[in-house]
Amino acid sequence: MSGQSSPTFGNLDWEVTPYTDLLEHVNSSTIIGAGAASVLVLGAFAGIALLTYMRWWKPLFRDWLTSADAKKIGIMYIALALVMMARGIIEGLVMRAHQATALGALDKAETGLVAPDHFAQLFSTHGTIMIFFVAMPLLIGLINFVLPQQLGARDMAFPVLNQVSLGLTAAGAGLVMVSLLIGDFGTGGWTMYPPYTGLDYSPGEGVDYWLWAILISGVGSTLTGMNFAVTIFKSRAPGMHLMRMPLFCWTSLCVAIMLIYAMPALTVSSAMLALDRYAGFHFFTNASGGNMMNYANIFWMFGHPEVYILILPAFGVFSEISSTYSGKRLYGYTSLVIASMSIAVVSFMVWLHHFFTMGQSAGVNIAFGIATMIIGIPTGVKIYDWMATMWRGRVRITAPVVYLVGFFLLFVIGGLSGIILANPSIDYQVHNTTFLVAHFHNVIIPGVLYGMLAGVHYWFPKAFGFRLDESWGRRTALLFVGGFIFTFMPLYVLGLMGLPRRSPTFQDPDFLPWMYIASFGAVLMLAALFCLLWTFWKSYRHRMSLSVPGGDPWNGSSLEWSTPAPVPEWTFASIPKVQARGDWGETKRAGDPWRAPDSYADIEMPANTAHGLIIAGMAFALGFAMVWHIWWLAALSFFAITAALIWRGMRVIEPRIIPARQVEEEDRRFREYVAGATPITRADEESERNRGVPDCSEFAG
Amino acid sequence: MFLLAGMTAAIALAMAPASAHGVVEDSFLQPMGPVAAEQSKHLLRVIGITMIVILPVLIGVPLILWRYRYRKPRGAYSPEWEYSEKLEYALWGVPVLIVIVLAGWLWHSTAKLDPYQQLGPDPLQVQAIGLDWKWVFIYPEQGIATVDELAIPVGRPVQLMLTTDTVMQSMLIAPLTGQIYAMPGMSTQLNFSASRAGTAEGENTQFNGSGFGRQKFKVRALDPDEFDRWLDGPDSGLTLDEATYATLRRQSVLADAKSDLGLERSTGPLVMSLGARDVFDRVIGKYHRTGNGENAADAEAWGGIGLPAPAKQESGQ
Ligand code: HEM
Ligand SMILES: [Cu+2]
Repeated sequence: MSGQSSPTFGNLDWEVTPYTDLLEHVNSSTIIGAGAASVLVLGAFAGIALLTYMRWWKPLFRDWLTSADAKKIGIMYIALALVMMARGIIEGLVMRAHQATALGALDKAETGLVAPDHFAQLFSTHGTIMIFFVAMPLLIGLINFVLPQQLGARDMAFPVLNQVSLGLTAAGAGLVMVSLLIGDFGTGGWTMYPPYTGLDYSPGEGVDYWLWAILISGVGSTLTGMNFAVTIFKSRAPGMHLMRMPLFCWTSLCVAIMLIYAMPALTVSSAMLALDRYAGFHFFTNASGGNMMNYANIFWMFGHPEVYILILPAFGVFSEISSTYSGKRLYGYTSLVIASMSIAVVSFMVWLHHFFTMGQSAGVNIAFGIATMIIGIPTGVKIYDWMATMWRGRVRITAPVVYLVGFFLLFVIGGLSGIILANPSIDYQVHNTTFLVAHFHNVIIPGVLYGMLAGVHYWFPKAFGFRLDESWGRRTALLFVGGFIFTFMPLYVLGLMGLPRRSPTFQDPDFLPWMYIASFGAVLMLAALFCLLWTFWKSYRHRMSLSVPGGDPWNGSSLEWSTPAPVPEWTFASIPKVQARGDWGETKRAGDPWRAPDSYADIEMPANTAHGLIIAGMAFALGFAMVWHIWWLAALSFFAITAALIWRGMRVIEPRIIPARQVEEEDRRFREYVAGATPITRADEESERNRGVPDCSEFAG
Repeated sequence: MFLLAGMTAAIALAMAPASAHGVVEDSFLQPMGPVAAEQSKHLLRVIGITMIVILPVLIGVPLILWRYRYRKPRGAYSPEWEYSEKLEYALWGVPVLIVIVLAGWLWHSTAKLDPYQQLGPDPLQVQAIGLDWKWVFIYPEQGIATVDELAIPVGRPVQLMLTTDTVMQSMLIAPLTGQIYAMPGMSTQLNFSASRAGTAEGENTQFNGSGFGRQKFKVRALDPDEFDRWLDGPDSGLTLDEATYATLRRQSVLADAKSDLGLERSTGPLVMSLGARDVFDRVIGKYHRTGNGENAADAEAWGGIGLPAPAKQESGQ
């Protein structure tokens, strides 16, 4: 930055790209910076070229970007998450490679793969991306795809709002991506504690990128929470009492409530920090009455519920797959519901454990320490319930089950380190060390990541009509499990040895062996990512032999398995009347589940609209303009958003009508296919004979 | 199982005394004082108790998987079994009991190891000011100040008051005691004592910029007479006055700060005599002055306020 702000371009000038840094100093750090920017640019060009060459622009726009179908929105969320995850995992590897080369001395400038400031940007973007743009979109995407189908609804309660939420999340992700090419990102970690991130100590655009990415995507997540909650309360099929909902719906309800109550805290703390930075306020500054402790306090009022927002959908997935793949009813349904809900409630009462070391009295720490341990109870109960579900079952070791087993064995270790950290007296020692880093990866990766990937594998055929290759799926899962062990177990040791988190350098040569092991693990994690992509590609290539038009490849028991695969836009030809928990399973048990509905009616679906797309574009422009102080663009995009909202509010919008005839035709075709197909037993589940039509006589669960 | 073995091995390894360069301890698993000793004992206790709920999972899952696998099942198949009252009591009861036991220990150890609680009468008073990438230690009664070296006598309790004159930091001297945050305009404290002579590493654990990884200092626990000799020992000839302090406040690690001060550039500690006794209070007071803290008044703030200008620009003046 030249210091002068131009009215047209704000603080932007030609010196903001990593290429300028590269021209000034050529070293591994600037090469990596410029390389990352180039990957972004080339990736964008390659994407554009591909879309043009394949003539995909129009279908992309018509079938996806303007669609208000929750299933498609869900898939787009997951696609976004996978792209961001690729960046996050690569950043993780770069950080591990850096620390493996970062042994230094106190009187010598830091060495290693990247410069200290670059390292700080890496852990900040990595953390921000992984939490807000990988884990969140994964779970929100999965809920979007699955929840309405499990409830017996055709769509979310507010389909267009859903589109807007996706748009806002994508706009936030876009801002983090653009920071690779234009300017720097903040260096305060994913938590961005002031005063370090205040204007005095972090001038420049870095923290602002984080703030606007968070503020914009945060609004999206809040709206999503409302949408989920209303959908669950209002859009269930007749007979789908709350206590008949599959567990995944229950955990979605927990997530919805938690999003509604937790996200505003993040918006508030970020908005306050933004006011400090943009408008000369003093909420968190050192002088003039600011108090940085308030930031930590408000941030973690969001932050702790957030980690349970991340984990609960995974718990939902594990409930579904433990039952389906064991061919058994879920053990302890009521217990699991109570446990989920109590986790959701108690998780709002423990946030202080993130700053036991801020100087409050022992009494306060004791209260919050014990509250934290209490969460361990329902969590433990859930794990035992899933084990009881598998006990006396007939467990098929499919890819989701490999994830499930990895989760069991690793998550309890993460739980153990969580219990350790809940003790203030021990937390004084290991807080802010890599022990903590190991702990949260230990719950997030086996919990959230495995859970979501297991869910993707499980419901993939519903979305695309063909199964994923089981062998490659299992290999991917095993690599993620092995990669995790090698990457993060050493960090426990390093933390106990006293290595602070976020360390750009260290001086103790005893750390090195552990660093090497961790780097090897990070390579495995990258391999797992490639393996995942390869699974998608390979399954796509063999989509004919993997196709399951019958729609029930795993012999499942919840409603979504009663429809064809891929599931039609309207999901159900006629809304089911639910008689029992696990209604589809009960129907199968009673025999002849694929009976056609008595009559067909016209179906109303939300009309396509570019509303979400417009809001997303304008929100991105708003964020970018605020980051670079391009005030005219900020004002313009702000008014454009307002205008778009008003415009849509004033118009009468007709839904799209799917004529009964078309529904009937497609439904008949599906039922004829099922009637003609040979039902398979679970033994043939992984073979080409699995056409999604299971042998009902084998169904018992 | 192999995970568990790995964990145990890892902890055992971490507990093994630091090898070749074993002079500087950096982990609370090799405690040098009662606080850290109690903390490491409590860690092992918590691990032990929690194992009661964890082992069944680590052992049970592989067993279930092997016994009930679809291809070659051994045990019975009860697909519609979904509830057992007795089992419910066990599933909820055992974790509840464990948490009650753990909570009792948590209460006990947290109250006992409260960092604000003095460890005995007449503690040695030391004040610490966190600056960017170094710590200033002030011994108000002895009239000396050091940078990045904290010497304490074995056996005598220490009361360390902390603040910073920059962003939030967190001081950890793992072999002696846990960490506590230090924040501008506020003071926090750590109470601890050393029970054996030796050298420990102290550090900041709260990221605060490029030099963060080098913000380490030595804590020397000395036998009492050696401590007295240390107090009388040679110093750098510098006095911690406002000018020296302003130079120390710049973003730099100790070695660079020493060369800024005209001393030989090295990692050796910097020992100074104390100009004014109330340096610590002045530094805290800077952030509590009324009026508009940004303008004229700042020039008078002791050593300055906000991010100091880097060395080069000043030498040009
Ligand atoms: C896949 C392989 C991964 C690798 C190799 C990896 C590696 C790392 C490393 C090296 C750090 C910095 C540690 C430090 O501060 O000393 C880090 C921090 C972090 N990671 Fe990961 N990570 C991975 C996956 C994930 C996932 C899946 C998530 C969450 C969904 C995640 C969330 C975070 C967060 C929140 C931080 C803290 C950033 C901060 O300090 O503010 N990571 N990770
Ligand atoms: Cu928490």
